[in-house]
Amino acid sequence: MLSYYLRLALKSFARTPGLTALMVCAIGFGIAGCVMILTVYHTESGNPIWWKNDRLYAVTMDSYDPAQPADKKHPSLPPAQLTYMDASYVHSSRIPQRSVVMFKSGGVLSGGIVDRKPVPVIARVTTSDFFAMFDVPFLYGSGWNASADSAPAPQIVISRKENTKLFGGINSVGRTIRWNDHEFRIVGVLNSWNPLPKFYDLNNGPFDDTEDVYIPFGWAQALQLQTAGSSSCWGAQEVKTYRDLLGSECLWIQMWVELPNKAALGRMQGFLDSYWSEQHRAGRFQRPRNNRLTNVDQWLADNDVVGDDDRVLVGLAFAFFAVCLINSVGMLLAKFLNGAAITGVRRALGASRRDVFTQHLVEVGALSATGALLGLGLSYLGLWGVRELHSLSATIGSGVQELARMDGTSVIVTMLLAIVAALAAGLYPAWRVGRLPPAVYLKSQ
Amino acid sequence: MLKMHDISKIYRTDLIETHALRSFSLEVAAGEFIAVTGPSGSGKTTFLNVAGLLESFDSGRYELDGEDVSHLSDNARSRLRNEKIGFIFQSFNLIPDLNVYDNVDVPLRYRRLKAADRNERITSALDLVGLRSRMKHMPSQLSGGQQQRVAIARAIAGDPAFLLADEPTGNLDSLMARQVMDLLEQINEMGTTIILVTHDPELARRAHRNVHIVDGQISSFKAYEPAAHRPAPVPEGARESGAAQL
Repeated sequence: MLSYYLRLALKSFARTPGLTALMVCAIGFGIAGCVMILTVYHTESGNPIWWKNDRLYAVTMDSYDPAQPADKKHPSLPPAQLTYMDASYVHSSRIPQRSVVMFKSGGVLSGGIVDRKPVPVIARVTTSDFFAMFDVPFLYGSGWNASADSAPAPQIVISRKENTKLFGGINSVGRTIRWNDHEFRIVGVLNSWNPLPKFYDLNNGPFDDTEDVYIPFGWAQALQLQTAGSSSCWGAQEVKTYRDLLGSECLWIQMWVELPNKAALGRMQGFLDSYWSEQHRAGRFQRPRNNRLTNVDQWLADNDVVGDDDRVLVGLAFAFFAVCLINSVGMLLAKFLNGAAITGVRRALGASRRDVFTQHLVEVGALSATGALLGLGLSYLGLWGVRELHSLSATIGSGVQELARMDGTSVIVTMLLAIVAALAAGLYPAWRVGRLPPAVYLKSQ
Repeated sequence: MLKMHDISKIYRTDLIETHALRSFSLEVAAGEFIAVTGPSGSGKTTFLNVAGLLESFDSGRYELDGEDVSHLSDNARSRLRNEKIGFIFQSFNLIPDLNVYDNVDVPLRYRRLKAADRNERITSALDLVGLRSRMKHMPSQLSGGQQQRVAIARAIAGDPAFLLADEPTGNLDSLMARQVMDLLEQINEMGTTIILVTHDPELARRAHRNVHIVDGQISSFKAYEPAAHRPAPVPEGARESGAAQL
């Protein structure tokens, strides 16, 4: 019977093409609006390294100004970054399986086989565990040895994009390039990697691109590398030299640890608390004790990666979809009641109420599937437009463009959302037409 | 066998009650051909709707083929309608966007018959009404007489025990009306019980028995000697040429 009902649905569409087109458009536009917003929201609110959520922890300690919290919007949270002194000390702990201290920096890159002028690039100055800890994929080679974290070795890891620009995409491991007038040997080339949100450094834009090059942390002091990201200093201390910066209360280092189990988590928390007590006695850490090891999910929530505006927008998108569906209900009711005489004939010829209900529900299903396809097309078009708009802006990274890209989940959700919602909306009209007394319409046809 | 005993049907609105059938009792034997006559508003169509299980009634008892149908569910009523009753309407009531074949197919679909069985029944029914060659035509491409013959084919395709016809010739000219009546007689001779509602006394005389309804009640019965009172059947040639003109 399903194929029969589908055939009847197509005939019904042909009988009222204008009304059918209106309903398909209502569902399609409602879905498109909803899906575009949901796609962005889905990417924003996702945890890009969910499989390590119970192992990776951001390390934070409240060493900020005793007179005020670091973040007035979230006064209970410690600052998101550490001082160099604290980061260095905590990094020396043997409790974590892996530990990373890092900051965003900048520099000028040149060399390679492609004739290219020196160009400014974004660098991440980090420790060797960075790659294994965050499951960073390599196209060629690997990261550097831990020894390069303290005694600077001229080793560098570059992104796939930079490798393509400098070497045309060939295996460049072992080749030399210049970064900030220093020669570095390439030890690894990353494969495509762009976690969204960029959880490991939310201070510098949660949807920024990943870095172009990765430099061993040991070079920070050797080259007196400054942060190119956000830093927060408080009090009246003077920071004139690089040594001043390293010994200051300025917060500019991000720190993550990988802890294999709850026991390690407890020990690490104890380690932080002991360090805090020691420093507190020495006159630092004058704010209440607030040492945290925060997993990725909580870290994204604490840092408002998904803002209130986004949630309002999602609500508005659903409201728009609801309005479209309510309009569709009205149009469906009009369409079905307009065909009541034919339904009356079918009832007289033996169709039960259930038959009539099913027939009309199949029609609604076909209509909603068509609306979903239109919505999918419109969503692709709309998201393409968003990406094109962003691509015109040189200041916005491709991470923002990635937000506006549908994945398989989004496509499936779109189809299900459209069909389930439209079927739900069609329940009443389909039920209503099945309840019509057939005898009334048999005379009037 | 159709047996109605003391049936009452009242239409109610906020302001008035209309007694469409009052203590209505009637028995129709299997294979009988009865004509129901009466003035407009007398309750003829209500009787037909109740008989055809399209409407419920307020009191009384109704047996169809020995089964009490007074309190059946919608599903059961629909199944009985589909299996035992064929309808023919004054305005044909063909589904305009289905062709002749698909129109005749409608009741068979609801009986969940297999495609081959449906096809055999449809072609046989269209053969009987002389429209097999028009099975791909849309209703709008047919004359009124042809449309009514399609409606008859649709009504008999499921081989029902009862055929309920509500003014089946009301929208046809006299020649076409006679052809339709010939067809109904032919179907009746094959064993189908026919209940015909009509205003036309000449057509009513072609039935075995007349039931006259006034104010929702049977006011009189009249039985005919069929052969003596029926007009001469339309000759075969005239039927074919008539069909061609339709």
